[in-house]
Amino acid sequence: MLTINVNGQDREFDGDPNTPLLWFVRDELALTGTKFGCGAGLCGACTVHVDDVASRSCLTTVGEAAGKRVTTIEGLSADGSHPVQKAWRELNVPQCGFCQAGQIMQAASLLTRNRAPSDGEIVEEMAGNICRCGCYQRIHAAVRLAAGGV
Amino acid sequence: MYHYLEKAARAQGRKIGSEALIENVSRRSFIGGVLKTSGVVLALQVIPGGVADAFEAYPTGAAGMPRGVVNDPHVFVAIDTHGLVTIVGHRSEMGTGVRTSLPMVVADEMEADWSRVRVIQAPGDEPRYGNQDTDGSRSVRHFIQPMRECGAAMRYMLEAAAAATWGVDQALCKAKNHHVVLLKEGKTKGETVETGTRIGFGELAKAAMSLPVPPREKLAFKKPEDFLYIGKGKTPIVDLHDITVGAAVYGADVRLPGMKYAVIARPPVVGGKVKKFDAAEALKVPGVEAVHEIEGFPPPAKFAPLGGIAVVAKSTYAAMQGREALTIEWNDGRHAGYTSTSYREEMVATARKPGKVIRNQGDPDAAFAGAAEVFSAEYSQDHMAQAAMEPPAALARIVDGKIEVWAPAQSPYGTREDIAKALEVPIENVTVHVTLLGGGFGRKSKCDFVLEAVQLSKKLGGAPVMLQWTREDDLQHAFYHTTSVERIEAALDKSGKVVGWRHRTVAPSILSTFAEDSGYQFNIEYGMGFVDMPFEIPNIRCENGQAFAHTRIGWFRSVSNIPRAFAVQSFVAELAHKLGRDPKDMLIELIGSDRKIDPKAAGMPEDFWNYGEPYPEFPIDTARLKNVVNVAAEKAGWGKTLPPGQGLGIAVHRSFVTYVAMVVHAEIDDKGIIRVPQVTAAIDCGLYINPERIRSQIEGAAVMGMSTALYSRITFKEGRVEQSNFSDFEVARMSNFPQKVNVHIIEPTAPAHYPTGVGEPGVPPFAPALCNAVFAATGKRLRSLPAGDRIDA
Ligand code: FES
Ligand code: FES
Repeated sequence: MLTINVNGQDREFDGDPNTPLLWFVRDELALTGTKFGCGAGLCGACTVHVDDVASRSCLTTVGEAAGKRVTTIEGLSADGSHPVQKAWRELNVPQCGFCQAGQIMQAASLLTRNRAPSDGEIVEEMAGNICRCGCYQRIHAAVRLAAGGV
Repeated sequence: MYHYLEKAARAQGRKIGSEALIENVSRRSFIGGVLKTSGVVLALQVIPGGVADAFEAYPTGAAGMPRGVVNDPHVFVAIDTHGLVTIVGHRSEMGTGVRTSLPMVVADEMEADWSRVRVIQAPGDEPRYGNQDTDGSRSVRHFIQPMRECGAAMRYMLEAAAAATWGVDQALCKAKNHHVVLLKEGKTKGETVETGTRIGFGELAKAAMSLPVPPREKLAFKKPEDFLYIGKGKTPIVDLHDITVGAAVYGADVRLPGMKYAVIARPPVVGGKVKKFDAAEALKVPGVEAVHEIEGFPPPAKFAPLGGIAVVAKSTYAAMQGREALTIEWNDGRHAGYTSTSYREEMVATARKPGKVIRNQGDPDAAFAGAAEVFSAEYSQDHMAQAAMEPPAALARIVDGKIEVWAPAQSPYGTREDIAKALEVPIENVTVHVTLLGGGFGRKSKCDFVLEAVQLSKKLGGAPVMLQWTREDDLQHAFYHTTSVERIEAALDKSGKVVGWRHRTVAPSILSTFAEDSGYQFNIEYGMGFVDMPFEIPNIRCENGQAFAHTRIGWFRSVSNIPRAFAVQSFVAELAHKLGRDPKDMLIELIGSDRKIDPKAAGMPEDFWNYGEPYPEFPIDTARLKNVVNVAAEKAGWGKTLPPGQGLGIAVHRSFVTYVAMVVHAEIDDKGIIRVPQVTAAIDCGLYINPERIRSQIEGAAVMGMSTALYSRITFKEGRVEQSNFSDFEVARMSNFPQKVNVHIIEPTAPAHYPTGVGEPGVPPFAPALCNAVFAATGKRLRSLPAGDRIDA
C-alpha cells in the first residue's frame, strides 16, 4: 500500500506502483482537471506538482510519488486565486482550455523558483507545453503578468 | 420548457437557482399601489419601438442546413423567480467562444444582465434547437438572426407581462438591465421618461413565459449603439473560471458509478481486418476485465469505426497495458501499398497533364498559345492530422434499451443519428450529451469514437464505458487533411501582363470517405480557393486531376483553402519577383477593379459552392478583398527596409465568406531557424459579435498556420502512418511561434456586411505569407509544406 499526499490529503493506492500518477489522479481520485494529451512527456497537458516542482504525471509513477506531496490544478488554490490563475483570466488566455491546467501548473512552478523570469526563461520553461489552439502569445504575457503580481 | 431546462441542468450536474416559481404577492400589491397614485399612464402616445430599426431579415445558408434554425425563446431561455436567466448554448464549444457569443446575443437583445445569466449546453436535438453541426465557421453566420429574434421576442414578452401587471400600454414598458421599467410622458410630446417604477425579470418570469411568441414584425431590435455586449469584447468566455481551476468538463472527464475504461487496437491500414488474435496475456493484466472484437467498416463508410480489438479494464492505464499485451494478426486489405513518397510523384505527374475542367473563362488555350512567356510553379502539401490537444474520448451506457453518451461532439445530432442507425434503434432512444471539446478542428465532427464506445457498451450489456483514444491512436487513425499538388501556370503578354491563368489541383477527396471514390474532388472542395479565385484575368481555367484515396480523408480547420491559398498566394509573389514588381502591388493589380464577381460570367461551375451561402448576400467582393490587403499592409509598414535576413510577406484569402489578409515578418536567426517576430492581420467578417474572441482565433490561426507551414506532416509507408506522437508529428511550441499577432478587425460599413465566420479563415493566408516573407529574407522559395523551420545558408 502506497500513500501519496494529493492536494493536502493522504490517499492510498494498492495497485501496480508503475501506474502513472496521471491515471491514479484521474481514474482513482476523479481529479479530472489533469489532462491526458500524449502519455509520453511530450505535451505537458498532464503537468502536476510533485513537492512543488512541475512534473509530467504521465511519466511519473505512483511509486515515485509515494510519500511526496502532489498538487493538481484542483489543489493549486482553494478558489482559483493563485496569481497565475488570476493572470490567465485577466488576459483571457484559454481557447478550448484543454491544455491550460498543464500550462498553469508549469507556470506556477516556474514562478515558485524564479520570481522574475526573463522572456527567454519563460520560453524555456513553457516550451514543453503544447497548446494546439495556439494561445502562446497570451500564455507568455500571462506568465509575465503573474510574475509582476496580479 | 421550464421543466425541460431544469432537467437539462440537472443532467449537467448543476442546480438551477430556484426550484419553483413563487408568486411574489407583496411586491405585486406594491406595484398596484404606485399605479393607482400616478394614474395617467394609459392615455399616453408613445412612438412604437422597432420602426427605425435597421435589422432587416436576410437569407443565409442556414435554411439549407438540416433542420435550419429555431428562434423560440421557450426553447432557448428560462428565467427563475430570482431572476437567474438560463440561456441554452446549442453549438459545440471547441475554443471559438461560441458557447459565450450566441447566448450573449440573446442576453443583449433581451436586456439581461450578463452577470445574472448562466449558459447550459444543449444535448444533440436539432428538431428542437435547429442545426447543431458546429463546423464551417458558420455558428454566428447562421444564428445571429435567430438569436437576436429570440432575445427580442423574450424582451417583448417580458414587457408585455409587465404591461399586464401594471395594467398599462405595453409601449410604456421598457426592458432595461434585467428589469422592465415603467415610462411616462416627458416634457415634449412623444418623449418618454422613466417613472422610477420597475419590476425584475424574475418576478415577470412566469407570466412572460406563458405568453405566445410574438411574430417578427412586432419585434423591435436594438440599434447597434444600444448593444451592451455585442461588438464590445468585454465578455469573458463563460467557462473561463472553470478552465483555470480544472473544473471544466471534457470528453474523458465525465464519471459514472461503476464505469469501465477501454482502448482499442485498430487495424494499422485503413480497411484492414483482424485475421486472428490472442487475448490470453491481455486478460492477465491486473485490472483488465474483458476483450472484445469491434466491427470495422472499410471506406467509404462515413464515420463508422475502423474495427479492431477492444480491451476493457478498471482503469485507463490497465486497458492500455492490456492492449500492449494483445497479439493480433491483421489482414491489411487493399490500401497496404499506400506510400507517400511514390504517391507524391504520381500526383505531380498528374498535375502536369490536363485534367477535368471545372472552371473555364475566356479562351485559356489561345492565351497560352499566344503568350510571350509562360511561368509555372508547383506547390505540395503532406497529410496532416487535426491533433486537437484532447484526443477523442466518449462515455456510453445503455439502460433499458436507451443509449446515452457523453462526448466532445462537433455534430451532436449527427452523432445521435449515426448511433441510432448503427444500432438500429429509434432516435428517441438515443441521448447525446455534449461536453466541452478540447479542440475540434474538424476531427470531432466524425463520430467514429462515439460509435465505438456505444458498440462496446452494448457488448458489455450496457455497462458505462469510457473509450479513450491515445495520441498514437489519434495520429494514426484520423480522418486526414488531404495531401495535394497544386500547379499554377500564368501566360504573360509582352508587357508582362497576366493574360492567362491555369490551375490544376490534384488531391484525394473527402468524398471518398462518403461514397465510391471517383478520384475527383467535388464542389465543396472546388469552392475553397480554387474556382473562386478572384483575379481579374481574361482567360482562366481550373482543372482537377485524378487522385484516389488510400486513407480516410476528412476536413481539417479551413480544409482545401490551406493548399489553395498557399499555391495561389505564393505564386503571386513569385510572379511579382519575376516581373520585378512589389508583391503587394501585384496582388492588388491582379484582384483588379472593385466588383462583385459574377460566378457565371467568370465561368465558375453551375454548382459553385459559396460556403453554402446565398451569393447575392455573400458575394466575392473584390473591394473588401483589397481593403484587407491594404489595411494589413499599411499597419505592418509594408515597404519598410529591414535588416538582412529579415523580410515581409503578404497573402490574402477569402474563405468561409470572410476576408483575411496577413503580413508576416520573418527573420532567420543565427542558427538558420525561421522565426516570426510579428504577424499583422486584417479581417473583414462583417458585423462582429465578440472582437476579443476574434483576436484569439486569429492569434491561434497564426500558430496553427506555423505548424502547418513548417512542422506538421503525416506520411504513409505501406499503408501505415509513420508518425506516432508529438515527437514526430510536430506542432508549433512556445520555442518558435508567431511572437506577436496584431489583429485589425474591419468595421462593417454597410448593413449588408453580415456576420460571416471566424474559426477557420485565419489559417489559409498564414503559410503563403510566411513563405513569401522567407523569400524576401533569403531568396529561398518554399513550395512544399511542411517546409521545416531551418533555412540552410
Ligand atoms: S500527457 Fe503527459 S506530457 Fe503529454
Ligand atoms: S487552449 Fe486549446 S489546446 Fe490550449
